[in-house]
Amino acid sequence: MNYWPLLGVAVVVIGFVLKRNPVLVVVVAGVVSGLAAGMGVGDLLALIGNSFVSNRALLLFVLTLPVIGLLEHYGLRERAQAWIAGFRSMTLARLLIAYLGLRQVLSMFGLIDLAGHAQTVRPLLAPMSEAAADGDRPLDAPSRERVRALAAATDNVGRFFGEDVFLAFGAVLLIQGFYERQGIHLEPLAIALWALPTAIAAFVIHALRIVWFQRSLRESDDGTPRANSPDGTIAPLDEGAVGRGDHGRSQG
Amino acid sequence: MISVEHIYWLVGAFLLVAAIMNARERRWSMAAFWFVLSGAFLLGDLVQLATAEGVRWPAQAMGLGVIALGLLAASGTMQSKTSSEEQRRESAQRLGNRLFAPALAIPLVTLAIVLGAPYLRWGNASLIDGAHVTLASLGIACLVALAFALRTTRSTVPQSLAQGRRLLDTLGCVALLPMLLATLGSVFAATGVGDAIADLVEMLIPIDSRLACLTAFAFGMVLFTVIMGNAFAAFPVMMAGIGLPLLVLKHGAEPAVLGAIGMLTGYCGTLLTPMAANFNIVPAVLLELPDQYGVIRAQVPTALLLLAVNFALLWYLAFR
Repeated sequence: MNYWPLLGVAVVVIGFVLKRNPVLVVVVAGVVSGLAAGMGVGDLLALIGNSFVSNRALLLFVLTLPVIGLLEHYGLRERAQAWIAGFRSMTLARLLIAYLGLRQVLSMFGLIDLAGHAQTVRPLLAPMSEAAADGDRPLDAPSRERVRALAAATDNVGRFFGEDVFLAFGAVLLIQGFYERQGIHLEPLAIALWALPTAIAAFVIHALRIVWFQRSLRESDDGTPRANSPDGTIAPLDEGAVGRGDHGRSQG
Repeated sequence: MISVEHIYWLVGAFLLVAAIMNARERRWSMAAFWFVLSGAFLLGDLVQLATAEGVRWPAQAMGLGVIALGLLAASGTMQSKTSSEEQRRESAQRLGNRLFAPALAIPLVTLAIVLGAPYLRWGNASLIDGAHVTLASLGIACLVALAFALRTTRSTVPQSLAQGRRLLDTLGCVALLPMLLATLGSVFAATGVGDAIADLVEMLIPIDSRLACLTAFAFGMVLFTVIMGNAFAAFPVMMAGIGLPLLVLKHGAEPAVLGAIGMLTGYCGTLLTPMAANFNIVPAVLLELPDQYGVIRAQVPTALLLLAVNFALLWYLAFR
């Protein structure tokens, strides 16, 4: 058994850990594993070229970009933000669960970058969560931090476990392309549907955690006025500080 | 008859437009990147035909192109512009929820065509090539959605191409990553990386045990994702090493289930790792959290519970 091709795996791991340009890392890894396997340059180039061409289905999603780009130009994101702002006056648990559900459903329909940490969490969800949790008395600093962190976590969970149900998403086509090259033909739809059970489980688990979190916040509220603790250096977030996030349609 | 090849030409044409737009603005590395990539779509069919007939130079040229893409990606810089905030707010108010309809049309029309494909016939020939119905349908759905979006916004095709190109440039080389990782999976399989990993796994665990193999696969996905910060990168390694040879071929796991839920098992790792900085560290900074691991801490219980659920789902659904 020739173990030298494993150098290719090492290149991927080290390249990603050192945060080198991922495209370059992957190309170098392919070249290294081919050379380590003792392939000639001509064979290796043909292998890379053929594999690349037969995986081109993975870039089909760029056809959605003119549509999404046009809609964004006419305010699609602003519309989504207005929607989320409409969740105001909910309790903390209802607000976060509604956002979780909305984020998952939007991602399932391919609208992955409509929301995000810069687009919706920082300007809307986090300040709204704090306001909802504040109730009559302001939160102490550690609770305020935990509320914010939970808002960001809710965005991640909603995004990750929604996007895989969208059949033009990279993950689905990556799985399909991998099997196709190994002679197993699958329809992307079949793969996307198998992401549904996990999507539902993710919603239930995270929603329950949100409910528990709200309960623990209320229990820690023992009736004495919550003074902002002396070391409470963490000020409430301002709403509306909208950052234009980059379109990191990368992956989870 | 519409086949997936026509859709690929459409992708190639769009990439070519993006390349030309960049070239006119003298952003040469970006222009070169999309130009080389468009070749894989406009000429992909010919490369595959030539390979089938034993002519190797087109595939080799494509291989050189891939290496060029890697070098261009490492050198390129990108910036883009868009309409002003007030303009977008104003039109968001004017158009309201009608803005969502064309975007939702993409998956819904795809689904409708996939389900209706057996009935879409012209005489005796089916209108859509049977081999890749979903992919061809997706391409058609994008065109339908574009027409719908143009009508809703009363905009023009050049405007939509310019906006599409804006998004493409913002994504930059990241857009190419899934395709390249799938390519790497194929290269790993062909160069014996998968066999070598399978061989090592064989020394470590009893491969006759279905449970042991599944455990190695699931935890391997999580571990590699945590190290690399990216489940996509972990996927080809674990599939080539354990998923395909041991679980699918040896133990008869259902490929679609193993792929989909296996990937989502990796996602549980993404929730746990500071290496996925975009999702876990950047928001902690944006939200001015004193603890930069605050977001990860908030995610740990969800990630671990979901990992257990995924494992159970794999066990019960993949080996029916």
